[in-house]
Amino acid sequence: MNIIRIEHIAKIYQVGSEKVHALRDVSLDIDKNEYVAIMGPSGSGKSTLMNMLGCLDTPTSGRYDFKGVSVSEMSDNELAEIRNKEIGFVFQTFNLLARSDALHNVELPLIYSGVPSAERKERAAQALIDVGLGDRMRHKPNELSGGQRQRVAMARALVTRPSIILADEPTGNLDSKTGEEIMTVLSDIHRKGNTIILVTHEEYIAEHAARIIRLRDGLIESDEVVEPRTLPDSKTGVA
Amino acid sequence: MKILLYELKESFFIALRAIRANKVRSILTMLGIVIGITSVVLMTTAIKGIDNAFEKGISSLGSDVMYVDKWAWFTNEDWWKIRNRRNLTMDDYNKFKEMVKLPIATAPVMNTRQTIKAGDNRVDFVFVNGSDADYLKTTNFTFNQGRFYSEIESRSSRYVAVLGSEIAKTLFPRGDGLDKTVKIGGVNFRVVGILAEQGSFILGSFNPDNQVFIPVGTVFKHFLGQSFGSITFTVRAAGPAVLEDTKIEAEGVMRKIRGLSYNDENDFSINQQEGLMSNYNSVVGVIQIAGLFITGLALFVGAIGIMNIMFVSVRERTKEIGLRKAIGAKRRTILGQFLLESSTICLIGGLMGLILAVLLSMLIDQFLPTSIQYTAVIAAIVISILTGVIAGFAPAYAAAKLDPVEALRYE
Repeated sequence: MNIIRIEHIAKIYQVGSEKVHALRDVSLDIDKNEYVAIMGPSGSGKSTLMNMLGCLDTPTSGRYDFKGVSVSEMSDNELAEIRNKEIGFVFQTFNLLARSDALHNVELPLIYSGVPSAERKERAAQALIDVGLGDRMRHKPNELSGGQRQRVAMARALVTRPSIILADEPTGNLDSKTGEEIMTVLSDIHRKGNTIILVTHEEYIAEHAARIIRLRDGLIESDEVVEPRTLPDSKTGVA
Repeated sequence: MKILLYELKESFFIALRAIRANKVRSILTMLGIVIGITSVVLMTTAIKGIDNAFEKGISSLGSDVMYVDKWAWFTNEDWWKIRNRRNLTMDDYNKFKEMVKLPIATAPVMNTRQTIKAGDNRVDFVFVNGSDADYLKTTNFTFNQGRFYSEIESRSSRYVAVLGSEIAKTLFPRGDGLDKTVKIGGVNFRVVGILAEQGSFILGSFNPDNQVFIPVGTVFKHFLGQSFGSITFTVRAAGPAVLEDTKIEAEGVMRKIRGLSYNDENDFSINQQEGLMSNYNSVVGVIQIAGLFITGLALFVGAIGIMNIMFVSVRERTKEIGLRKAIGAKRRTILGQFLLESSTICLIGGLMGLILAVLLSMLIDQFLPTSIQYTAVIAAIVISILTGVIAGFAPAYAAAKLDPVEALRYE
């Protein structure tokens, strides 16, 4: 079943008097439990596509159906609701609330979906345990390492049990060893039946996915199914 | 509804977190509101205090009392016209007293300003009222010591005096004035009574506390000839209901005494404290509004401070707002969060200002009467919350309509 169906979407930005075609004509389907990497050099439109997939932005033209519902015509509030319930974001810069502890950071999306406090705390704690941070719940971001921060962000993405996880350069701010650890967690999440869309410009990171979509100049250059690189436990610190 | 309450509660916690996170800044911003609310509350309590004092003063004059006088308290007539009126004489008064039926009491009053001495203590320019024993019936006087002078004393113009409480306090600081001798304008009088505190400071020399009462005959004998100056008839109606009738009767009787024909104008005035009240309201009311406006400016400046700091706060937390929106915060959630933050700052500032105002008004009460009103307390709380909402709206709205993509990219 398609979770995401995109048909001929384009995104045009007006920069001054100039029109910038960030996306020209992109169509793609993503099924449940896929692990897709979106690659491309900077300016290829991969960020725009990711914003589109994450319902942070709407296309200038074309059609975007999320679980069979058209997103293109949704209001801001409806988009906020979809982002809250259906999409889990993992950002390059973690984007944690600096003054709140790990537990509160993970709780945040549940606050916006109106989950009562007790259930919220329980689910947030479980999500932190799932990413291996059961003993760091009361730590603030500045008391955590980069990898731990990204795990908190992943717990935050998972806690709403979303339909897709959208990871935008999740290893970009991490050293390669920690990056590999994060990718392992992401593969675990995928194995548990989640759909993952990974945006990266590093081949080595993209190889974890089972399908790689390459963008160039706002168009899809290639879309191929690949054999995901299994993660040898002993091998670390490569690239 | 339930989800809205829930969002409100969560937004409130988020707001508290944000305020605690920027303690120094929050406190400095609050200071503007503290000062604003303090000054507004103090101003309203001062206004209320002065109003109360005035009302107390006025009622000490008696609300059912009118004064038949040559002079009008408030008039649009030319001064020279009034000056040229005939004086009111004791003869006029005696006829008047004979003819009126409605008043429960009337008394003639002749005023003079005199210096009063007792030993080394003196008070200059005291309002000395010469009247008769009936004067007491036109007032609500109560006594600290002694009594009012009797009918016999007033008819035979004995040298007896009743002192207002303030005068007695100055002349006899130890409170032993009764039966002592005072010199009024150089003439010896025996003190037969000392009034309890009657009016309020606001009436100045019209306050009975600052006056002295002696038989009217002694005034004519020593201080001015009977042909000199005009006396006032103090007339007390049987109650507020017959006040108007009493006034009409007094006017008719006076016209008869004066022999005025139907098309002559009154050559006397009937003054009522009602006129005093409306005059007070028109003068003091303007001062009060001006005072409130000026102190309101302090609050306005505080509000601008709030708005400024909220704009800074929104700018500073752009990325956080972007994240919140990305993970599902709606526009109204963000709007509510920032509105709550600004109104919480204002509410805390307002409560602090209120406490400060209460303490200060206790202090000021030593010199000037103040009166903290429940309404002022509630108004202060409501106004501070409103200030927060109004001052916070523009920044909160700016935050709410941030584009999440742009906001997340913001560094």
